[in-house]
Amino acid sequence: MTETLETVPEVGRARRRKEDTRLVTGRTRWTDNIQLPGMLYVAFLRSPMAHARITRVDVSAARRRPGVVAAFSGRDFADEQGSLPCAWPVTEDMVQPDHPPMAVDTVRYVGEAVACVVATDRYRAADALEAIEVEYEPLPPVLDMNEALKPGSPKVHEAGNKAFTWKFSNGDVEAAFRDAPVVIDRRYRQQRLIPSAMEPRAVVVDTDGETFTLYSATQIPHILRVMLALTTGIPEHRLRVIAPDVGGGFGSKLQVTAEEVLCLLICRRLGKPVKWTESRTEGNLTVHHGRDQLQHIEIAAERDGRIRGIRVNLLADMGAYLMLVTPGVPLLGAFMYNGIYKMDAYDFTCTGVFTTKMPTDAYRGAGRPEATYALERAMDELAHELGLDPIELRRRNWIKHEEFPYTTIAGLTYDSGNYEAATEKALALFGYDKLRAEQADRRERKDPVQLGIGVSTYTEMCGLAPSRVLGSLSYGAGGWEHADVRVLPTGKVEVVTGSSPHGQGHETAWSQIVADQLGVPFEDVTVIHGDTASSHKGMDTYGSRSLAVGGIAIVRACEKVREKARQIAAHLLEASPDDIEFDRGVFRVRGTQSGKTIQEIALATFAAHNLPDGVEPRLDASATFDPENFSFPHGTHLCAVEVDTETGAVKIRSYVAVDDVGTVVNPLIVEGQVHGGIAQGIGQALFEEAVYDPEGNLLTTTMADYLLPSAADLPDFVTDRTETPATSNPLGVKGVGEAGTIASTPAVVNAIVDALRPYGVHDVPMPCTPERVWRAVQEGAAS
Amino acid sequence: MPQITVTVDGITHEVEVEPRLLLVHLLRDRLGKTGTPIGCDTSNCGACTVLMDGKSVKSCSVLAVQADQSDILTIEGLSTDGTWHPLQKAFHEEHALQCGYCTPGMIMASLDLLRENPAPDDDAIRKGLEGNLCRCTGYCNIVRAVRRAAAEMSGREVSAT
Ligand code: FES
Ligand code: FES
Repeated sequence: MTETLETVPEVGRARRRKEDTRLVTGRTRWTDNIQLPGMLYVAFLRSPMAHARITRVDVSAARRRPGVVAAFSGRDFADEQGSLPCAWPVTEDMVQPDHPPMAVDTVRYVGEAVACVVATDRYRAADALEAIEVEYEPLPPVLDMNEALKPGSPKVHEAGNKAFTWKFSNGDVEAAFRDAPVVIDRRYRQQRLIPSAMEPRAVVVDTDGETFTLYSATQIPHILRVMLALTTGIPEHRLRVIAPDVGGGFGSKLQVTAEEVLCLLICRRLGKPVKWTESRTEGNLTVHHGRDQLQHIEIAAERDGRIRGIRVNLLADMGAYLMLVTPGVPLLGAFMYNGIYKMDAYDFTCTGVFTTKMPTDAYRGAGRPEATYALERAMDELAHELGLDPIELRRRNWIKHEEFPYTTIAGLTYDSGNYEAATEKALALFGYDKLRAEQADRRERKDPVQLGIGVSTYTEMCGLAPSRVLGSLSYGAGGWEHADVRVLPTGKVEVVTGSSPHGQGHETAWSQIVADQLGVPFEDVTVIHGDTASSHKGMDTYGSRSLAVGGIAIVRACEKVREKARQIAAHLLEASPDDIEFDRGVFRVRGTQSGKTIQEIALATFAAHNLPDGVEPRLDASATFDPENFSFPHGTHLCAVEVDTETGAVKIRSYVAVDDVGTVVNPLIVEGQVHGGIAQGIGQALFEEAVYDPEGNLLTTTMADYLLPSAADLPDFVTDRTETPATSNPLGVKGVGEAGTIASTPAVVNAIVDALRPYGVHDVPMPCTPERVWRAVQEGAAS
Repeated sequence: MPQITVTVDGITHEVEVEPRLLLVHLLRDRLGKTGTPIGCDTSNCGACTVLMDGKSVKSCSVLAVQADQSDILTIEGLSTDGTWHPLQKAFHEEHALQCGYCTPGMIMASLDLLRENPAPDDDAIRKGLEGNLCRCTGYCNIVRAVRRAAAEMSGREVSAT
């Protein structure tokens, strides 16, 4: 059989995406598009105070407003609303305060819901909020983590402001630091970020009196169903959760939100379909925030640059409550502060602190960008201290490709990697030596516009996660993923996946995998997702897990389909199953031309006239895959910036990313993920910060105040790859959703600091706005 | 309530609207034109961009009454007889969308950009789309898509004359 176009493997092809058809024509199904007969609109009244006792709420006037069907205060829900779940009690003594979806007695951040109106249209609902009367007795805000931990600080919760302290230690850290020839001791601030998915959150709930259907702009329809059932007492089988098309998440829609619970309760009470869609302002206030950590990192090293040990101490701002995985986020970083480097000792301590701000939770990378930032910034400081090129320093410390599998000081076993290859490729694409020469020249000339080169070599743990590992970290669920593969009578295939995309292109990538696995055309595969009625089992999408876990579940299910088909093929061909080989969609008797296509077998199975004894008439199969290990993508990102030392303006001149995400299913999608990730990481480095004033009011409530990078702010990115397949799964895939974000923030800030070294600058706090850069230059010059 | 007449994607509607009703809500909630999404409440994101009498507007910052007697083109009216507009094709070909939430606005803004400058360079594309935010793509592929569509559209015009 000659190779035809159709027999080129699908995995690896730059297939254009199936999902684009509806997205470029406006036929997308966003949650807010849904209109149901008799549907009512919900609007929430939110606390203007960061911290206060609620002394009175009166919704009666709002009830009399035109178009208003109902109005409720927190007290109205007090008996049934339960507490929003936190699935990650990281320590046994963690303080886990009650978190009512609607505040009853006390508000603890600006934006917390205190009352709501249900009306016949969204304008009337918003109007009636004005008629609600709330009286507050102010309590002192708690905004600064260090202050919050002092004795005598006002308390966010009765049990105090410390949520937990979590420690990890391996090797003799004291010894590593004792008499260390060089110690780098730095403090960095991970500013608070607002994830800012472009689609605001929206919830629609409908009921027939028996069952409830909840549509939500969520990343986690499956987890949400379980959690809502547990929170509201509605039996799980009477609750269907649908994530229609979802417009981006980045972790922000990995949540069980107050609004989801409350809309469900309102629907139950009124027996009518209800909808709530947030405004961007509401979103900035009340979609969980990301990052917000104070990092203290110390590196002990030899004079030749070899790292002896690393010590990390974190304060992580939880905000006012612990949401779904709030306390676990900084701990995901605990395993990453050693990065790609070898060392003998490592010590990590993290204290979670309550403040009167919006809770934090997962945001693209979740703990790993923070770790990578501190490590890669500190590595550059070490290189500077030793007078070494930052690339050379990394080379002296990283795990060499022949040393894999390698068990790190943080206890993870990296299965594979080739840091040398990725770095070499990046250096060549970047023109490293030439840029260094230009930098020297500009320094020499005292050019007011200086050139800086930033290096970031990273790895990350993704493919969350082996269930046993999650168990050992006290996480409340497993990390498996599920898939069903259904072969229809005509040989077309439906794949039901438990992962839940919101821009990642699963419909395309999963089709490619199935096409190879079953030897069917790419076009013959449909992917079904995001509805607990059709996809009953899933762990959803976050942590770059969909392909490395969910993709493998599909492979396993396809293997089962093939096995069933082989039995039937053998029977039809009057051969022994052992003599049947499968080749690109055809089951053939070994050494002969006699065979049956999978489509023929599908039809024969449907007819079921002539099946082997005891074989049921179906080819469908399910698989639930639990990974044995994480996967560890890695890469080298290089950034060149021009910094105007007179104005503080930073311009990214070039950006090169070489990532190794293992086997690539669709290079187009992978490149897109890297681009978007880099842009988000640059956003943190240069533009973004959620700012609270001294009273605890969020100042960055709009997109005019919270600056997302626009096309005009960013350069074209040069991206390339090396491909070191993961050894921990049959596809060799690793995951790519978070890589760009993890790598780019330190690359950019390292570049800025590198540009300003001659001015005595050794750090610029993020976001590196012109003002901050300018100040750093002034202060550096003065010191 | 004022009565307005507005043509949306070739269909003329006569509707009574509250004076404060935003054009985007008229489109989405009253006329079922949900192809145009809303991303913000301060006219910053551009997700809601449509063409009004041939010029791009952010439909969240136009009142429905201001659209009286106007001709609105949304993403839903862009393809003709099932054939995608070169911008739709180019966004697909260049993988210029991920979640796709910004895409309708991005495409409509690009249409206006190409009307004013049929052969923009990358800088002009980036500046021209400054008012349209995308959180997913990092914009590289959007710039490529607009360039590609520009080439196809001018090629077509050339062959037409
Ligand atoms: S929704 Fe119109 S600009 Fe954001
Ligand atoms: S594709 Fe998601 S916001 Fe642009």
